[in-house]
Amino acid sequence: MKPAPFRYVAARTLDQALQLKAEHGDEARFLAGGQSLVPTMNFRLTQPAMLIDINPLLELAGLAEVESGAIRIGALTRYGVLERDPAIARNLPLIHEALPLIAHPQIRNRGTIGGNLAHADPASEMPAIVLTLGAKLRAQSVRGERWIAAADFFAGALSTTLEPDEMLTAVELPVAQPGSGACFMEVSRRRGDFAIIGVACTLTLDADGRCTAAQIGLCNAGDGPVFATEACDALVGQPVDAAAIGAAADSVRSAIDPGGSIHGSKEFQRHIAGVLTARALAVANERARQ
Amino acid sequence: MSTDSDLMAGADTHDVTVTVNGTAYRRTVEGRMLLSDFLRHELLLAGTHVGCEHGVCGACTVIYDGVAVRSCLMFAPQADGHAIMTVEGLAPDVEHMHPLQEAMRECHGLQCGYCTPGILMTMKAFLEENPSPDEAQIREALSGNLCRCTGYQHIVAAMKLAAERLRG
Repeated sequence: MKPAPFRYVAARTLDQALQLKAEHGDEARFLAGGQSLVPTMNFRLTQPAMLIDINPLLELAGLAEVESGAIRIGALTRYGVLERDPAIARNLPLIHEALPLIAHPQIRNRGTIGGNLAHADPASEMPAIVLTLGAKLRAQSVRGERWIAAADFFAGALSTTLEPDEMLTAVELPVAQPGSGACFMEVSRRRGDFAIIGVACTLTLDADGRCTAAQIGLCNAGDGPVFATEACDALVGQPVDAAAIGAAADSVRSAIDPGGSIHGSKEFQRHIAGVLTARALAVANERARQ
Repeated sequence: MSTDSDLMAGADTHDVTVTVNGTAYRRTVEGRMLLSDFLRHELLLAGTHVGCEHGVCGACTVIYDGVAVRSCLMFAPQADGHAIMTVEGLAPDVEHMHPLQEAMRECHGLQCGYCTPGILMTMKAFLEENPSPDEAQIREALSGNLCRCTGYQHIVAAMKLAAERLRG
C-alpha cells in the first residue's frame, strides 16, 4: 500500500527540526532510518500530518568515547555502521553480538539506533540491551536537553516518556570492564525475525569467580523491555555455578509476563526465557573468566 | 508526462535531483512517493520490483550511496542529491551481462525472476565488501531476500561462482 498524504520536510538544522516538532507536536514524526515507521505508514496504521526528515543532520550520527568510561552513540547512527565498527566490538560486546540478529543487512544499512529505541517495540533487541546496560538517553527540544535513564525511558509497547516536542538525539552506554562477560541470545522463527524471546546479560566476577555485578534483560517478555531485578540480585555475591544459573533461570521464568502470539504461547516464551537465560549466563561467565 | 502530483492542487511536492546508474534525473513528486515507485513510475526503471511494500521481501533492494537498502522504505525526496544503482545499471546490454547475472543464469538461480533484481543488488554490494565469503556468509547475506521458487540452493551456488569469477 501507499502512505496517506503528509507534509515532508527535510531538516536543515537540528534547531529547525526541534522547532517544527514544538509547533506540530504529536501530529509530526521524526523520520530517521524509517525501517519501522515507513512500514506502518505504508499500511496506513500511522498517518502523521508531517514527517521531519532528520537524515540530513549528520551531526547526529557517529560515536565517541566520553569521559567516565562510556561511549556516546548519536541517534542517527546506522546499525550497518555500528556492525562494522571495531570500537563497538571492543567496548560494547553485547551490542556487537546482537547486531547481526537485528533484521537483515539491508534494514541495518538504513535503520538507526535512535529510531529503534524511540519506536520502543517490546520485541526489539536494542531497548532490552540499553536497559540491561543501564544506558542514558539524551532528549532534546527547544526547551533544552535532558538525560533519561533507560529504566525511565520505556513506557509500554511503542511508547516512551519523550515529550511531544522532544527528539532522542544520543544514547550513552558504559563500556565493558575487565573481569566482565556479556552474552546476547535469542530464538526466532526465521533469521532476522523478531525474537520469540531474547536475553541480554552481563556478569562481572571477582578474582575468586564470585559475581560482583549481574545484569539480565529480555526482549518480547512483556509490554516493554524487561530487567530481571530479582535474578540479578540473587546472583551477586555467589559463585556462578550450575545451581546459581539454574536459580536465575527459574527466577526469570516466573518474573516475566510475555504476551504470547501465533509464534509461541506465553508458556513457551517463559520456557525459552529460562533456557536462554541459563545458556547466556553460562557463556557470559566463561567470557568473564577469560 | 502528467502525474498524480501535477493534478493535486496544493499537494506536498518536492523537486528531486538524483543520479541513477550514472544518469542525473530531475522530477517533481509528492513527498509520500516511495523511492521504489519513483524509480519505476517516474524514471521508468521497472527492473526494481515491488513485492511486499513493507520491507520484508527484499525485491525492491537497490544500492543507495554504496549500500543495499529497501527502496520501498524510503521516500523519493530523501534521495535528492544522492546516488542510486538499480539492476539496470549492472550491465550495458544482454551481450555483456554482469558476472552475477551470468552466474545466476548458468546455475539456474531463478525461475519466475521476481525476486532476482533485489538479490542481484544485495549480492553486488555484499561481494564488493566480502569478496571471498563462505556459504554461511552468503546465506546470511541472502536472508533479507525472499525467493519462493528456487529453495535458494541454486542462488547460493550462483553466488559462489560469481564470487570466484569476480575475484578473477
